[in-house]
Amino acid sequence: MTMLEARRVTKTFGSLVAVNDISISVAPGELRAVIGPNGAGKTTFFNMITGFFPPTRGEIVLQGQDITRTSAQQRVKLGMARTFQITEIFPELTVRENVRIAVEAADGFSLRVFASRADHARLAADIDAVLAMTDLSGKADRLVGELSHGDQRAAEIAMALALKPRVLLLDEPTAGMGEQETFQVAGLIRRLHKDSRYTIMLVEHDMRVVFNLADRITVLAEGQMLADGTPAEIADNPAVQAAYLGEAH
Amino acid sequence: MLQLVLFNVTNGLIIGAFFVLMALGVAMILNLSNVINFAHGNFLALGGYLAYMLVPSIGFWGALIVAPLLVAALGFIVERLMVRRVYNRDPVYSLLLTFGLAFIIQDVCRYIWGVSGLPMTIPDSLSQGLSSDLFFITGYRIFMMAIVIVSVTGLFLFLRYTRLGTRIRAGTLDLDTVAALGINVRLLRSLNFAVGIYLAGLAGVLAAGQIGLNPNMGDDLMMPAFIAIIVGGVGSLTGTLLGGLLIGVASALTTVVMPSAQEAVIYVIMAIVLLTRPRGLMGEEGMLT
Amino acid sequence: MSSTDLGAAAKPAVPSAAGGRGGAAGIPFTTIIVWALLLSAPIWLPLIGGYTALASRVVVMGLVAMALNFLLGFTGQMSFGHAAYFGLGAYGAGLTLRYVANSTGLAMIDGILLGGVLGTILGALICKRRGVYFAMITIAFGQIFYYIAYSWDGLTGGFDGLRGFTRQPIGIGPLVIDIQNNGTLFYYFVLAVFALATGIMALLLRSPFGRTLLAIRENERRARFLGIAVDRHIWLSFSIACFFASTAGALFALLNNFADPTSMHYTLSGIIVIMVVMGGMRTFWGPLIGAAIYVVLQDYISSITVNWMSFIGLLFVLVVMFFPRGLLGMIKARSAQ
Repeated sequence: MTMLEARRVTKTFGSLVAVNDISISVAPGELRAVIGPNGAGKTTFFNMITGFFPPTRGEIVLQGQDITRTSAQQRVKLGMARTFQITEIFPELTVRENVRIAVEAADGFSLRVFASRADHARLAADIDAVLAMTDLSGKADRLVGELSHGDQRAAEIAMALALKPRVLLLDEPTAGMGEQETFQVAGLIRRLHKDSRYTIMLVEHDMRVVFNLADRITVLAEGQMLADGTPAEIADNPAVQAAYLGEAH
Repeated sequence: MLQLVLFNVTNGLIIGAFFVLMALGVAMILNLSNVINFAHGNFLALGGYLAYMLVPSIGFWGALIVAPLLVAALGFIVERLMVRRVYNRDPVYSLLLTFGLAFIIQDVCRYIWGVSGLPMTIPDSLSQGLSSDLFFITGYRIFMMAIVIVSVTGLFLFLRYTRLGTRIRAGTLDLDTVAALGINVRLLRSLNFAVGIYLAGLAGVLAAGQIGLNPNMGDDLMMPAFIAIIVGGVGSLTGTLLGGLLIGVASALTTVVMPSAQEAVIYVIMAIVLLTRPRGLMGEEGMLT
Repeated sequence: MSSTDLGAAAKPAVPSAAGGRGGAAGIPFTTIIVWALLLSAPIWLPLIGGYTALASRVVVMGLVAMALNFLLGFTGQMSFGHAAYFGLGAYGAGLTLRYVANSTGLAMIDGILLGGVLGTILGALICKRRGVYFAMITIAFGQIFYYIAYSWDGLTGGFDGLRGFTRQPIGIGPLVIDIQNNGTLFYYFVLAVFALATGIMALLLRSPFGRTLLAIRENERRARFLGIAVDRHIWLSFSIACFFASTAGALFALLNNFADPTSMHYTLSGIIVIMVVMGGMRTFWGPLIGAAIYVVLQDYISSITVNWMSFIGLLFVLVVMFFPRGLLGMIKARSAQ
């Protein structure tokens, strides 16, 4: 049983082949990291998984259902929630309001004008649960735009969790963060994975984060799949070492 | 009967030529700067009036060259002083700005040259009909068509083969990258704005020789220009050309059968295109949404 | 705060539809002032040289501006063709009175339905586009109605406009309210419709639906990846804005006993947008204030010069360059500091 699969996925932009014939399979409860040097096609691959644009060839399958041409919005309903490399939040709303919008969207309230007292109570409980899970309960009434990078990322993850996803897709969750914030976000991801058993796929460039968190790692280079395996296997893989050394790290 | 058909077709083609000239100017500004220039039709009128003022001193041929350049220079100044200040704001502001400019230019034309129509003299050599049967196909009409064809071809060659033209095309695709290459994007936008306005000014001079001058002379061309852009697919100048030709020819053909529906047909075409190809004929496919 | 100003009052967190600081019983301060002024207008307006029909015009234009702001300010989509639905409302009401029945109520309903339903149908096509393209398509579609009203002489009176109808007194049971001859009573009739319409808009904006619209305005991509059906929400918002615009249009026809094609032209659409922006497009009452400024200014300028268009154009330019947040927007930003 696989949770999420990409089957021989290819994406071309004009004559440029950004992603070439990549297949991966993510098991339920797995934390999969996709890594690769700049220009490896990580983000393009990720965008096809999340429904930002369709692949030129190949299929994306979620729990046996072909979602290759399913819209991003519909994919959310099917249980995929994502975050963005550059945090996408509503900066002028509070943390609670941000999460409320997500909770209401997930519960089909976004087209409703009236909500009963019981509805309100249930929504509030959902919001509180998500805030607790992401350590944001104490900051619920602050504007998201005023929070630290790490907390903003946590808020974005909280919004994704509010959608009650089966798969959590994180695009470079620690991008542009300092030591402490990276540590904070990595800790949050670890808890979601170990304690709450979420299936998570993330694209990441910070190697420490990846090797500490991931169950399996997929390495891309120049649009091709270079390697796929456990962190230990990947660390010993000569092709991977060559690709990364070649980039002069 | 044949005469009537020919008459209508000639009219239609000329109208179509004006649609194209107007739409290309609006589209150039839209594609690079994300601004809908509501004042485009008023720059057209200004071109006509300037030519009217210049004809007595430098003659029609001189005016044909100088008037559009003057209007383009004015466009350049307007862009520098006002339009560029709103590029980085909500697009509603740039629309309101050009809307206000349209009001001002129209009223100024009215104030200076009056509300009633003025005739513009064209050279005798151009005012003759082809023959007594084809009296309505005047030399001027053929001349107008020729100028439009030459300038549209010239525009596309300019965009393709000159350094400025290539930069404008590149900027239309990805302005950030062009800026990152060290190209002066601010100047690029000003020049592009001026080129767009030049086309309006040229159309104004040509139109003045045919139908004379009045302060609202450009207004009727605004909607067809918008529709040409929508039909052709926003972002594609070739699409705009195609859209302009399509609605021009369609309205020309409609005038043969049912003159009163000439305006309606372009809206019908727009509706059909939007229903079948929401992004227009040459529009790019976007995200999965 | 940046230009995205979500009711920058004491608690910016709550996208309070009515905006402003809370006054008595939780009703925002601005709302109380606005209603006090509106209700007492027939008393104070003549004292400063105004007249009741001018007040009616302000309220009617205020309503269409607030309707547009539902879409522009609270959903973030630019319609530059909203006069079309305003004009459809006017023609719907006028044609009903002229050809169908001498009933103000029926005229209102027909006007509202004509603009609202046609707007909803076209909205299905329009809602797929964004930004300036959304604006262009709304203009082009709007001009279709202008063109029809202009060319269909036999029905609409063409360029000269539709005449030959008068608003009728309203009967509620045995009670007859003579809004036909009594301008003040008509003003209160307009105000009652305005109250209902703005009340519904405020309710919608405070609801989960309204919050979702704000989310779309603030960050469409985020909204989409929360599983929100963005196009459908924009369509609904467009439709709502059309229904209330045509409500205002129907009132406009009753006010003037006249409807003409210029009330559908995109020039008026642009004027409605400047009303919204001038008053403050992210505020609930701003568009009403913008409408008041515009209507009074135009009334005054056109009485002293034939070149009023230049002044209006200048007003556009000045507002855009120097007062982009609008009057109420500036007041709120200042009081929030």
